[in-house]
Amino acid sequence: MPKDGGIGARSKRREDVRFLTGRGKYTDDIQLPGQTYACFARSQVANGRIAGIDTTAAEKMPGVLAVFTGEDFKDVGGNPAGWLINSRDGTPMKEPKRPVLAHGKVRHVGDAYAAVVAETYEQARDAVDAIEAEIEELPAVIDMASALANSDNLVHDEIGTNQCFDWGWIEDNREATDAAIKSAPHVTTLHLVNNRLVPNAMEPRSSTGSYDPGTGEYELRTTSQNPHLTRLLISAFVLGIPENKLTVIAPDVGGGFGSKIYHYGEEALVLAAAKRLGRPVRWTATRTEAFLTDAHGRDHVTKIELATEKDGKFIAIRTETMANVGAYLSNFSTATPTFLHGTLMAGVYSVPNVYVNVKAVFTNTAPVDAYRGAGRPEATYSIERVVDKCARELGIDPIELRRKNFIKPDMYPYTTPVALQYDSGNYDALVDKMEERGDLAGFEARAAESKSRGKLRGLGISTYIEACGIAPSNLVGQLGSRVGLYDAATVRVNATGNLSVMVGAHSHGQGHETVFPQIVADMLGIDESMIEIVHGDTSKIPFGMGTYGSRSLAVCGSAVVKATEKVITKAKLIAAHMLEAPGEEVEFEDGIFSIKGTNKTVPWGDVALKAYIPHDFPLENLEPGLEETAFYDPANFTYPSGAYACEVEVDPDTGEVDVLSFVAADDFGNVMNPMIVEGQVQGGLAQGIGQAMLENTTYDENGQLLSASYMDYTMPRADDFPMFTVDHSSVTPCTHNPLGVKGCGEAGAIGSPAAVVNAVIDAIQRGGKSDLTHIDMPLTPARVWAAMNA
Amino acid sequence: MTKINMTVNGRAVSAEAEDRTLLVEFLRSGLNLTGTHVGCDTSQCGACLVHVNGEAVKSCTMLAAEAEGAEVTTIEGMANADGSLSTIQAAFQEHHGLQCGFCTPGMVMSAAALLKDNPKPSEAEVRDYLEGNICRCTGYHNIVKAIMAASGQLDAIAAE
Repeated sequence: MPKDGGIGARSKRREDVRFLTGRGKYTDDIQLPGQTYACFARSQVANGRIAGIDTTAAEKMPGVLAVFTGEDFKDVGGNPAGWLINSRDGTPMKEPKRPVLAHGKVRHVGDAYAAVVAETYEQARDAVDAIEAEIEELPAVIDMASALANSDNLVHDEIGTNQCFDWGWIEDNREATDAAIKSAPHVTTLHLVNNRLVPNAMEPRSSTGSYDPGTGEYELRTTSQNPHLTRLLISAFVLGIPENKLTVIAPDVGGGFGSKIYHYGEEALVLAAAKRLGRPVRWTATRTEAFLTDAHGRDHVTKIELATEKDGKFIAIRTETMANVGAYLSNFSTATPTFLHGTLMAGVYSVPNVYVNVKAVFTNTAPVDAYRGAGRPEATYSIERVVDKCARELGIDPIELRRKNFIKPDMYPYTTPVALQYDSGNYDALVDKMEERGDLAGFEARAAESKSRGKLRGLGISTYIEACGIAPSNLVGQLGSRVGLYDAATVRVNATGNLSVMVGAHSHGQGHETVFPQIVADMLGIDESMIEIVHGDTSKIPFGMGTYGSRSLAVCGSAVVKATEKVITKAKLIAAHMLEAPGEEVEFEDGIFSIKGTNKTVPWGDVALKAYIPHDFPLENLEPGLEETAFYDPANFTYPSGAYACEVEVDPDTGEVDVLSFVAADDFGNVMNPMIVEGQVQGGLAQGIGQAMLENTTYDENGQLLSASYMDYTMPRADDFPMFTVDHSSVTPCTHNPLGVKGCGEAGAIGSPAAVVNAVIDAIQRGGKSDLTHIDMPLTPARVWAAMNA
Repeated sequence: MTKINMTVNGRAVSAEAEDRTLLVEFLRSGLNLTGTHVGCDTSQCGACLVHVNGEAVKSCTMLAAEAEGAEVTTIEGMANADGSLSTIQAAFQEHHGLQCGFCTPGMVMSAAALLKDNPKPSEAEVRDYLEGNICRCTGYHNIVKAIMAASGQLDAIAAE
C-alpha cells in the first residue's frame, strides 16, 4: 500500500490548487502602485561600434519618463563570471566586462544599448523606435573554428583573442592518454556537434524594481532560480547597493531550466531606473527577446576517441572540444563546459586513461550557460555515441560492451581518472531493469513487424552518470568557484504547533512546497498540512544558493533535516523540563515525547506552546522559543545514474523518425515523492528527445538569429512523444547525505539524446546502410533522408 | 479609448480600452484576471487560451473590442460553484499534470474545450488536440494522463 503521507508518499502537490485556479502570482501578474514600464533598444547587428546614440526625440515622446544608455552605467561594475578557469599554461581565463547596457560596442543581436521608461509599455516601445543609434557594423564572429583562427576580427578588442581559455583535464593525464591511444589495438573516433538550444521556460523573464526614498531600500521582484545569488551579484559586483538595503523576491516562477539562474542587465536597469524615478519600473521580455537574450545551452563541437583492446575492454578516452560562450561570460558559463563536463568523461566505465581538452570561444551570439544538465548532457552524448560506434566496429552487442566496462558494485568508492569519487551505484542492475521494462527481448519481433510495413525499426541504448547535489564548497573552491554551494533552512515552530520552514532552494516547478513538508512531517510524526514552506524572498529566508544542478533535495533538503534535528533536540529539553526528567531520558516518536520506562508523555503541540510561554523555564539552561537554522555543505557530489532504451521507426522514403517507446531506468537513491520524481524524468526526457529530434538554434553568418520565435524554433509538442516508461526502483542510496538522495531533475535530459541517435543509426544500419555511423542532432527528416541517400 | 462590455466568468464587466488592446491584456490589466498568461508573441504557446462564447480562443489573437457582448470564461471561472476543483482541474492535480504552472491555465481551458466536443477522445486525439499548447516541464505525459482520466478513460492509455 502506498503511504498516505511523509517520506515516500505520492503526496499531491499543494501548490497545484493556486496554479489550477489562476491564482498563481508570477512576476508580471503583480502590479505595484505607480508602476512604470521599461523597453530596451537592442542591437540589430551582431558586431558593431556605437558611434553615437541620440535620445532627444525619444525623450520628448508621450509618456516617456527617462531614457538610459550605456553611458549611464559606464562607471558601475559588470556582471561577473562565477568560476575562474585557468588555461593549460596556467594563465587565467579572459574575462571581459559585461556591462548593464552595451557601451562602445554591441556584441550580439539583441544586445541592449539603451532603455526607455514610460507610463505604459506601448509608450516605452514607441519611444525606443525614436532612439537614433549610429552603429557601424563590423564583421560578425560566429563560427568557432574561424573565431580561434582569426585574431583580426574580435568580439572583445581589449583581450586580443577570441579564446576565453584552453583547459586540460587532467593535464597530468595527457601524456599517458596520448600514449595509450597511440598503442591501442582499436581506436574509435567520432566528430560530433552538440546542438545549441534555448531553454524556453514558458514564463518569459520579467523584473520589477522599486525604491523607497524614505528608507533607501530597494526591492527587486524577478524571475530567478536563486534570489540570494542575484542579490549578491547586484550588490557586490554590479550596482553596489548595500546587501541589507536590497530585497530580491522571486515569486511564482514559470520554469527555469538554468536560464533563470543568472543575473541579467535588465534587473540592474529596473532598479537604477526605479531609484531615479521614485516609482516602480517593470520589464517583461517578449518571447523574441527571450530567444535573443536568455542564456542559451550546449553548443559544443567535439572530437572524441575511444581506445580499446580487441575484446572491447576500454583503455582510454580523449576529447577535444570547442565550447561556445557567446558574447559575454554568463555567471556559470565557464564552469559548464569544464567542471560539469570534463569531470564526467569517464561515464559509468572503468577506463584507466581519460584526458579532456576544452577551448572556450567568444562569438557574436547570445551568452551560453548551463541549461538542464549543463555539461553532463554534452559529456554523456559524446561517450555514449562513441561507445555505440565502437560496439558496431568491434561487432559486439552494445549492451554487452557496456556491461563489460561498467564500474562494478564492489569497486565503490571509485575514483575516476578525471577526479570524481563516485560513492555508490549498480549499473548492471539498471540495465537489467531497462531490459525488463522495455521488453528488449521482444525487439527483434517488433523490428520484423515494422519491416513488414516498410519501416525501419531501431533500438538505441544509453547509460549516464551525473554529478549532482551541487556542490561541496571546499572542492569547488579548489576548482575555481567564487562562491560556496551549501544551502540553508530555518525551521520555525510556531506557538500553536504548526511550522514555517524557510529554505534557500527555490521552487519553479519542482514541488518543494509539497516535498519538504513530507520530510519534516516524517521526522516529527505530525501531519504534512501543519508545515508551510517559505521560499524566494531574501527578507524571509536564510542565505541559500537556490535551485539548479538537481541540488534542492540533496543539499537544501539535507539542511532541512539538520535544522529539524536541532528543533527536536531543543524540544526534548523543553519536554524534559515539562515532565521533570533528565533530557537524555526523553524519547520522541509519532509526535509524542515520553520518558523511558514511564507512562509520562507530552504531545508535540504542548511542547511548542510551552516554548513561547516559558513562565517557569530555568533560563540559565533553557532559552525560550523553538526555531533553528542549519547550513549544509555536502561532502561530495551525488551520482545519479541510469540506463535508457529508445525504440524508433524510420520511414526510409521520407527520413521521418517516430519515437515509439522510451524506457528510463534510473537510480536516484532514496525517493521522497515518486509522483514528483516521475514527473521530473518525463519532463527531462522531453527536453532531451527534443534536442535529438527537433530543436536547434541557428545563427546565420552575419549573426542574425534565424530561430527567434516559436514559428522558427521547434518546441516539442504533445504528439511528438509516446507515453514514457519511467522506473526508479533500482536504488543505491547516496552514502553521504542524511536522506540518501541523489537528485532527479536533469537525468532525463542527460541520458536521452544519445539513446535516440543510437536508435536511429541502428534503424538505418538495419536497413542496409551499414556505413552510416553518425548524423548530427536534431534528426530532422531532411537530415536523416540526406544521410540515408548520401 | 472605447468602452467595452462583456460577460466574464458569469459577471457583467465594462472597462475602457484602446482600440489596439488585445483580449488577453484586457483580461490581465483591465480586469486583473492574471491567470491567463502570455508566453509568446506568435500565437503558438496557448498559455492565453480562454473560451469565448464556448469556443477555445487564444486571447492574444483577438482584440478586446471583438469580444464586445461576448461570454468569456477564463481559468478563474473553471472551478465548481462551491470553489472546489472541477473534474479536469482535479485530474491535473491527481495525476501531476503541471509543474511550474505557467502553461496550466491554457492546458485546462484547452482540455475543457476538447472534452466538450469529444467526451471520450483517444490518447492520440488528445495529443493531436494539444498541438496549440506548449508545456516545457511535463513532457506532456501527465497532461495526457490527466485528460484521459478526466474523460473516465484512465485504462485506455498505453502502459507506462
